[in-house]
Amino acid sequence: MTAIYFITLVFLVAAGYFLASQRAKVLRAAPNGAALHSLPTYHGLLGAVALFVPMLIVYAIGTPVVKMLATTNAFSFFPSELASDPLQRGVILRDVGNIIDGRYQGDPSAALRDAAASYSSTFSAGRLIVLGTGVVLGLASLFLVLSRISPAFRARNLFERFVIAVLILCALVAILTTVGIVFSVMWETYRFFFDPALKGRPTVAQFLFGTEWNPQAALRADQGEIRTAFGFIPLLTGTLLITLIAIVVAGPLGLFAAIYLSEYATPRFRAFAKPILEILAGIPTVVLGFFAALTVAPYIRGWGEGLGLDVASESALAAGLVMGMMIIPFISSLSDDVINSVPQSLRDGAYALGATKSETIKKVILPAALPGIVSAFMLAISRAIGETMIVVMAAGLAANLTFNPLDAVTTITVQIKTILVGDQEFDSAKTLAAFALGFVLFFVTLMLNIIAQQIVRRYREQYD
Amino acid sequence: MDMTTQGIPTAQPYVPAKPATAAKVVARNVNVHYGEKHAIKDVNVDVPDQAVMAFIGPSGCGKSTFLRCINRMNDTIPICRVSGKIEIDSRDIYDPSLDVVQLRARVGMVFQKPNPFPKSIYENVAYGPRIHGLAKSKTDLDEIVTMSLQKAGLFNEVKDRLNDSGTGLSGGQQQRLCIARAIAVSPDIILMDEPCSALDPIATARIEELIDELRSNFCIIIVTHSMQQAARVSQRTAFFHLGVLVEEGETEAIFTNPREERTRDYITGRFG
Repeated sequence: MTAIYFITLVFLVAAGYFLASQRAKVLRAAPNGAALHSLPTYHGLLGAVALFVPMLIVYAIGTPVVKMLATTNAFSFFPSELASDPLQRGVILRDVGNIIDGRYQGDPSAALRDAAASYSSTFSAGRLIVLGTGVVLGLASLFLVLSRISPAFRARNLFERFVIAVLILCALVAILTTVGIVFSVMWETYRFFFDPALKGRPTVAQFLFGTEWNPQAALRADQGEIRTAFGFIPLLTGTLLITLIAIVVAGPLGLFAAIYLSEYATPRFRAFAKPILEILAGIPTVVLGFFAALTVAPYIRGWGEGLGLDVASESALAAGLVMGMMIIPFISSLSDDVINSVPQSLRDGAYALGATKSETIKKVILPAALPGIVSAFMLAISRAIGETMIVVMAAGLAANLTFNPLDAVTTITVQIKTILVGDQEFDSAKTLAAFALGFVLFFVTLMLNIIAQQIVRRYREQYD
Repeated sequence: MDMTTQGIPTAQPYVPAKPATAAKVVARNVNVHYGEKHAIKDVNVDVPDQAVMAFIGPSGCGKSTFLRCINRMNDTIPICRVSGKIEIDSRDIYDPSLDVVQLRARVGMVFQKPNPFPKSIYENVAYGPRIHGLAKSKTDLDEIVTMSLQKAGLFNEVKDRLNDSGTGLSGGQQQRLCIARAIAVSPDIILMDEPCSALDPIATARIEELIDELRSNFCIIIVTHSMQQAARVSQRTAFFHLGVLVEEGETEAIFTNPREERTRDYITGRFG
């Protein structure tokens, strides 16, 4: 049915295009016909749009309405207390669907059979009505356009408005998705803190300032009281520690690599080296995690033992180092682009004053490229904070409150993953804690972004 | 001196009859290649000190390329090769033992499009003295900055906002800022590559006045598309065409009584 609707749509849209453009061409070809304001193509496009938009709207509104009506009709054969129980409702709907598809096992009750018949008849009638309405409205709007076609008709400008509308719609989808995600996470976070039905929920202060993280939930009633703690500080310090190590590794390496590539390397070497560096960004993080856990961590441990240090086999240092490797290309590639886009005239100006290459880079190019470099760092930091796989494999699960890079730590992302893996019930504090963590993670990244923007605004040196 | 003429029948390069006594820059048999392209062909010229010399000629004739040889800015272009000899104060500037960074401190340059650094007005001028260590103290540096801005005729307009960004100035002010920046390292020679081509007539007039004032302290070489400008500001003029220095001499003589046919044609607007 959906297929029929859309085949009709495509066919009519093509016809609409042809009719409208043909009409414009006839006007143009007529003896002593005036010059057209717009090319016939635009009349055609406008005709097609005039058909397409109403038909799409009718489908988008009509289909759910039909489905709702059919469901209501089907439930009229059952007592109302059955219809209002969500579980029963689901069972009945599935049975009705199975009967219609001929997949029902056994002998259905009379009520069920009637319901199925009613559902199916309402549904097919409704869909025919939707198709009819769509076609009628589409054709009506097409004929409205056709009737307005004249030499002075500004099809070109009207079509422009349609283009703008489509672009705005696309932008809105992206924005609304973000808003939707934020609100859904916020709602679950709200439940985590304030839902009275939730046992063992912490207060906001306990969550934000608690130094112990132990999100256990009693699986059976006879397990009795299990001590749970939702102190988020160890996770925050773990995340920040690993991110710090990563950025200490990747910041200088990435930035210096970018300076070398953009200012010193020959074009041939650059064309060869830059893609290789970017491949690093394409390595799946699970592979990097592997590398961290099986190669780097044991190496660090061995090295630490050689020095008489006590190193955990899963350490923040191993995870941070490998994560640093992962974000080097973000920093180097973006910084390289930014440095390259600093106008040559600034370099010439500095060289003409007798500056050496490194003086020019230090005093002129880097300050001019600073906003871009800061945003490259911010992107890298956001990646590091949000990275999960490397940390899961290399840093461990122990929520230690420590700043020692040789200890095992855990991060916000790792805990979210650990909490949500496997079968979950969404009415326990343990599960909802993941949403609270997600919300905090989002908030931390947002704050970092705002701070970075302030820094850029303060120190930016604008050329042009 | 015999040379290939590259299909230009009358392309006899100008050889100065007698070298000027106070020549600051002396070029002999200078050739420049951009990859395969022979951009400058056997140019010989003497540039006098404490005077303005103008290089004129149609677009692509090589005058800017030759100008950029004098402070070795062409070194930054990998495919560019320079041969021949250019001397400043009798010292060969292409001698391998010469420090190009120091050369550029002595030969300032002002570009076609004003290119102030995206820094404050003060920092723009202080940049050169800082990297060359010309100022012993903050007071010294302040003095250099003030003097340079005054010489460039910009000080009174910007003295209350030395910490504002240099890129916020008008085009003419930016160009004078660039001149101040060049003066601040006290060079002997200032190269100007079409310094007024991006400016309106009023700003142009100010820069021309400035060039005339600066003449007494510097050797100035200016590349220009405007023959009126060359006539107004320069004492000597050299006419380039297709990479060849066609004619060189007193500005007055070049504009009123050129020896070469092509110079006459260019000046009277028959081509170019």
